[in-house]
Amino acid sequence: MTQPLTLFDKIWAQHEILKAENGLSLMWIDRHYIHEGSFQGFDKVEARNARVARPDLTFGIADHYVPTARGRVFSDPSLQSMVQQLSDNSKKHGILLMGMDDPRQGIVHVVGPEQGLTLPGLLIVCGDSHTATHGALGAIAIGIGASEVSHVMLTQTFWQKKPKRMRVTVEGQCGAGIGAKDIALSIIAKIGTNGAQGHAVEYAGRAVRALTQEGRLTLCNLAIEAGARTGMVAPDETTFAYVKGRPFAPKGAEFDRAVAVWQQLPSDSDAAFDTEVSLDAAAIAPVVTWGTSPEDTLPIDAAVPDPTTVDDPDKAKQMQGALDYMGLSPRQKLTDIRVDRVFIGSCTNARIEDLRAAAAVLSGRKAKVPGLVSAGSTVVKQQAEQEGLDRIFIAAGLTWGESGCSMCLGINGDIVPPGERCASTTNRNFRGRQGPGARTHLMSPAMVAAAAVNGHLADVRPLLQGRA
Amino acid sequence: MEPFKMQPFTRLDGVAVALRRDNVDTDQVIPARFLKVARADGLGDTLFHDLRYDSAGRLRGDFPLNDPARKGASVLIGRHNFGVGSSREAAVYALVDYGIRCVVATSFGDIFAGNAVNNGLVAAIVSAEDIEKLLSAVEQTGRAEVDLNEQTIKSGNYVVPFSIDPARKTRLLNGWDDLDLTQQYRSQIEAFAAKDRVARPWAVPVVSGRIANGE
Repeated sequence: MTQPLTLFDKIWAQHEILKAENGLSLMWIDRHYIHEGSFQGFDKVEARNARVARPDLTFGIADHYVPTARGRVFSDPSLQSMVQQLSDNSKKHGILLMGMDDPRQGIVHVVGPEQGLTLPGLLIVCGDSHTATHGALGAIAIGIGASEVSHVMLTQTFWQKKPKRMRVTVEGQCGAGIGAKDIALSIIAKIGTNGAQGHAVEYAGRAVRALTQEGRLTLCNLAIEAGARTGMVAPDETTFAYVKGRPFAPKGAEFDRAVAVWQQLPSDSDAAFDTEVSLDAAAIAPVVTWGTSPEDTLPIDAAVPDPTTVDDPDKAKQMQGALDYMGLSPRQKLTDIRVDRVFIGSCTNARIEDLRAAAAVLSGRKAKVPGLVSAGSTVVKQQAEQEGLDRIFIAAGLTWGESGCSMCLGINGDIVPPGERCASTTNRNFRGRQGPGARTHLMSPAMVAAAAVNGHLADVRPLLQGRA
Repeated sequence: MEPFKMQPFTRLDGVAVALRRDNVDTDQVIPARFLKVARADGLGDTLFHDLRYDSAGRLRGDFPLNDPARKGASVLIGRHNFGVGSSREAAVYALVDYGIRCVVATSFGDIFAGNAVNNGLVAAIVSAEDIEKLLSAVEQTGRAEVDLNEQTIKSGNYVVPFSIDPARKTRLLNGWDDLDLTQQYRSQIEAFAAKDRVARPWAVPVVSGRIANGE
């Protein structure tokens, strides 16, 4: 009998070139996605007078610094030079670039799956912590730093200590108006931002299987916010149907041959995990964050916590600091928190289904606050326009922007002004994440739409009554 | 630009500063707007920028790193779960360029810990009990001695053990770059790639019948 293996074990074994005496494995990499922030990796390659080893497995996508709110007009020449630098480096090394004006451009973690570059069974790296997103197709996808980026550029490999395996099982069925973002934030609230540290997480259970491919991408996107090395979902018919026919995906007989192999990837029924976590989908409510860490997540009908009830004095002080930064009072009802603006976008929640979910709430309604909608890719933007979603957002009073990382981290110039409060579909509510002094509340696209309509944090469910 | 050379780390006796915060994310270590700064320009001034300076650009008196007695600190004692969030290696550059050679916490973000070793920065893990002792000791003495070989940190009368991955320890002690090691395995890599190309032909992307970007 062979030892039962997990999804992660199987893909790991297929990519392990060797295991050195020090316990580290040298891993083969199928895809290296790069963006403007990868310039330090190129600098290290240049410093060695070397070339990118496998440009055919390296793909450049302009996302972090591209303008999104006011057409494609740069607010600062230094931002333009970041985008130009990626173009120059890609050209020099023969790397396929989906640059700012390319019809395939978008956020790397949206574009990879959308273009069929991300496939089940692959090992994917990118100099970005949200790389785990691609694991939603049944791949190992790992975020790396600049030194590792240069190592991958030079060798198409990297060194890894094999992580432990964690399975997060979400059984049951989610209620109406509750989606992948609510599940993901609820997991982080349960296990904490270091709950999955040192682990590769496999999301399983009926509620995960029931998610669309896009929902699974949202779920895996937030694996890093629980500290995970990667997050993944076993590939199934939902995955294969999603991959089929995409531009870079295998075609015809080669696709069928690949599917036959991919069907062998799911964890064996008796495979063991180092850590098991389980949640009941029926108990998951629409959630929002109140503080400055993604683990500061609560159901929308809850109240802001009270630091005086916390025993650890350092923790209490830190909680009070978060409340001061966020401009909140202990025991204040979450639904009493007024917002100044909304943002719908990012690698977490800017795919077509996310935009549809927000538009379903905003249709025929007015937003009480301004906001920006930035599609996850130019392909998503065009699809949304064909469906008339752009007109719904514009009629509600929101700005319909271009695609990019945009206001998630604000380095393209589109920031939340100091002291302003933003209901956001993004992934991090860290201090200053959306701009210096910005206050971020994370939630699903539907919940952001509800906040826009009400002008304060609100439960989306009443707004969905009588709507599909 | 000269190739970055790792400096071996063995012992360090230096000024130490205590940062009593949990879940310090890399957006705090270096705000995103500084990420476009070239490494050659130095990132030390950007370290904890928005915690060190107020919105008018004045140093905040209550931030530990701003204490004049802690000028030139080379050891940073954090608390729980340091270096979470973004993969930005610039967070490690900012620490190293400022002069920090060792960060101590009860746990680290995985990507941060990997970036640290690639830049000769020791990310030392101590127990929840010991981190409180160390924080108090360092607040009093202002100094710490780190011995990587022995895996100990001493401040005042306290000596606490720390853990670190053995492979990372070896690299830090010797100042080895990952690439030096990888180059030794070039033939294995090539053999693997050739075999894999046959086993998983679909793994190299194809567009309209030709290999993407292929010459």
